[in-house]
Amino acid sequence: MRFTLNGSAVDVAAHPMKRLLDVLRQECGLTGTKEGCGEGECGACTVLIDGAPVCSCLVPFAQADGATVVTIEGLGGTHPLQQCFMDEVGAQCGICTPGMILAAAVLPAGASLEEIRIGLAGNLCRCTGYSAIYRAVQAAQSRRT
Amino acid sequence: MTQSVGKSVSRKDGIGKATGATKYADDVVLPGMLHGRTIRSTIPRGTVKSIRFDFDTTGFTIVDHRDIPGTNVVALIRDDQPYLVETEVQHVAEPILLLAHADRDVLFAAKVVIEYETLEPVYDPLASAVSFKEISIEKGGVVASLAGAEIVVEGEYRTGHQEHVYIETNGVYAVPEEDGSITVHGSMQCPFYALKALKGLMGPATPVRVVQTETGGGFGGKEEYPSMIAGHAALLAMKSGRPVKIIYDRVEDMVATTKRHPSIVRHRTGLTRAGQLIAMDVEVIIDGGAYATLSEVVLSRGSIHAAGPYRCAHTHIRARAMKTNTPPNGAFRGFGAPQTEFAMEVHMDRIAEQLGMCPVALREMNALVPGDTTATGQTLRRDASALECLREAVARTDFIRKREAYRGTSKGIGLALFYHGAGFTGAGEERLRSRARLDLTGRGVRILVASTEIGQGTRTMHAQIVSDAMGIPYEDVEVAMPDTAVSADSGPTVASRTCMVVGRILERCAQEMKARLAGRTPAEYLDTVGPLSVILEHVPPPWINWDDDTYQGDAYPTYAWGCDVVELELDPDTYEARPTHVTAVQEFGRPIHPALAQGQIEGGTVQGLGFALLERVVMRDGAMANPTLTNYTIPTTLDTPAMDIVMLENHYEGGPFGAKGLGELPIDGPAPAVVNAIRHIGLDLRSIPAIPETLLTCASL
Repeated sequence: MRFTLNGSAVDVAAHPMKRLLDVLRQECGLTGTKEGCGEGECGACTVLIDGAPVCSCLVPFAQADGATVVTIEGLGGTHPLQQCFMDEVGAQCGICTPGMILAAAVLPAGASLEEIRIGLAGNLCRCTGYSAIYRAVQAAQSRRT
Repeated sequence: MTQSVGKSVSRKDGIGKATGATKYADDVVLPGMLHGRTIRSTIPRGTVKSIRFDFDTTGFTIVDHRDIPGTNVVALIRDDQPYLVETEVQHVAEPILLLAHADRDVLFAAKVVIEYETLEPVYDPLASAVSFKEISIEKGGVVASLAGAEIVVEGEYRTGHQEHVYIETNGVYAVPEEDGSITVHGSMQCPFYALKALKGLMGPATPVRVVQTETGGGFGGKEEYPSMIAGHAALLAMKSGRPVKIIYDRVEDMVATTKRHPSIVRHRTGLTRAGQLIAMDVEVIIDGGAYATLSEVVLSRGSIHAAGPYRCAHTHIRARAMKTNTPPNGAFRGFGAPQTEFAMEVHMDRIAEQLGMCPVALREMNALVPGDTTATGQTLRRDASALECLREAVARTDFIRKREAYRGTSKGIGLALFYHGAGFTGAGEERLRSRARLDLTGRGVRILVASTEIGQGTRTMHAQIVSDAMGIPYEDVEVAMPDTAVSADSGPTVASRTCMVVGRILERCAQEMKARLAGRTPAEYLDTVGPLSVILEHVPPPWINWDDDTYQGDAYPTYAWGCDVVELELDPDTYEARPTHVTAVQEFGRPIHPALAQGQIEGGTVQGLGFALLERVVMRDGAMANPTLTNYTIPTTLDTPAMDIVMLENHYEGGPFGAKGLGELPIDGPAPAVVNAIRHIGLDLRSIPAIPETLLTCASL
């Protein structure tokens, strides 16, 4: 399957019905994408496909054909959201963090608190009660503008 | 003057988590590694009659109880739980066999057929004839005082199971080493608990070592159960001679591992007409599940907190943990106190109602203040802040006015006053004799303790304490991953003790290290003198006096205090209660790292809201019938209201820089505050979770 992964053209051999989550973690060695439930409820496995956040545990690899896929590794390490999640303690145990950051990365600039809440409603965090995550996202937004 | 304590410095582990670079157990793949799987019982009670392998066993490693070189028991408190069933099955999802294979798909396709002879299971703790532990805490004379009381108020309150839902499911991997030993790496809170259990399991011929991997949440759920999984992986690794990884999927994690103990608490309370508490007779029953595990200590903490943060001359608390044929219940943040404090606080609002009193005035009149004695006869020192928390919460929420203004609407406002003892109960810390270790490095020091980072900020907070106590930059303090081969046994990461108890030992280690350096830099010392390691032991306060037989004395060296106010709205059509605002005022000595502390309060509060409103474990035929995140729902962003967090300070002289324990306190208050707010709307609710189906059946007040 040929697709664009974190900005580079790749050609990965795996069964077309294998979960994209497993292909990313196993064939591509990108373990920043986490499995929390395997049924699309928790959002820990969130990646961006053609710019949209999806649960990679629900996506058969065949759907990656020709697509642009971005994982947490694709943000580098200097994305404002990553810095703000550190500064605002938006990450506690860290297992939901990659998915949470990717879901936050596609929120519109200047999103209100209500829009942030709706945008992150598919990503569960059991540690923070979400408040620190809102603070991190808002800090990153003000940094971007 | 402190340099880093009291400041929200960068988390030690922030960047790895924000970039996804941090490796959790499932992210590690070793050459030749096999996947492990647990074959579990499908009946609640009975005996195994036959086992048949309905698959080609070529390439499989298969382990049963006969492969255990040591003792078939998960050593903890009372050694009653086997690693693998021999013949008797006590609950659904009990481990019977272990399989390993290189190919995960082949492994999970394997079919094992087990035939059983079934026995009648017991599910109701009230119908159970077997108790794991009974506790009686008596002060004064309750019977006579109740008989003479002007008013007596009675009530029964119930709480359900709660599942931890750490987002990282349980996982470990075991590695057979060249010297014949086995190292187990895994997601866990208590590496030395796992070590103790593994030593018994593997016997003297196989040395074992335990190393924590980055842990994606615990909340008590990774206190004792990882000892079980570690043992299973070690057995498979020993038999196969290869590394073996066991990762539970969400369903297995929910069906097989521990939950918060369901509770039934009955109160009979005598008062004066003016509202003064005269006598409290409290009965606590918790459902322990099929094995003792930690039930007796959960019961202990629960019963000690059962009289709430109130002064009462005559109290009798009778508590028991009952055996049922369900998976063992275990540690969950709060450890019995959220259940008993729920009952007390809902009962207090019912008392206020019967007396025609304001719930605030009733609490003001009876709240514990310095110099008062608790139910165990402990005299509180000056660091008791119930009234301060109550008054701050009432003032900033405009509680009294809203209480009037919302009357007759679908809006409600309720509060709960609560406290939480920090550290092990009674003589527990003295028995533990925790140690901490500090090693000199070229730049500064390295912390080597068994206290695990599970998200709460152990690494960061410990490094701050050491940094300030030594007078070196925070950046020059490293924190080693807990490893039983090198870390000092600082005890389990539980009981709100990691900051107050372990942090205090580290503070003393740092002071000692500083004195030894005598003005030299770490590099100078290493060059001229050589390596330096400081190991010190916990010293409990000299005034602690506790009697385990009578349950009298100083149950905890100190308590943290809190008052929560919940505002909510009831949908008149769907009977959904939705919280709209929560205020949490909490005093825990002093925040070492304000942002981390705030995160503990916010996170614990939301877990408490889930416990109160959403989280319902459906037990059917002895097993969780809704073991998915689709059917067992925890709060999402949309279920989580705005929160106002207030941190009050009242330093505890026995903690590092005045700090007490905080981890558990925040989960004690939300549930009763929610139910009291629902009561304010006019529904007589006495159990949680307060799902619409339950609210529909509540009597109107």
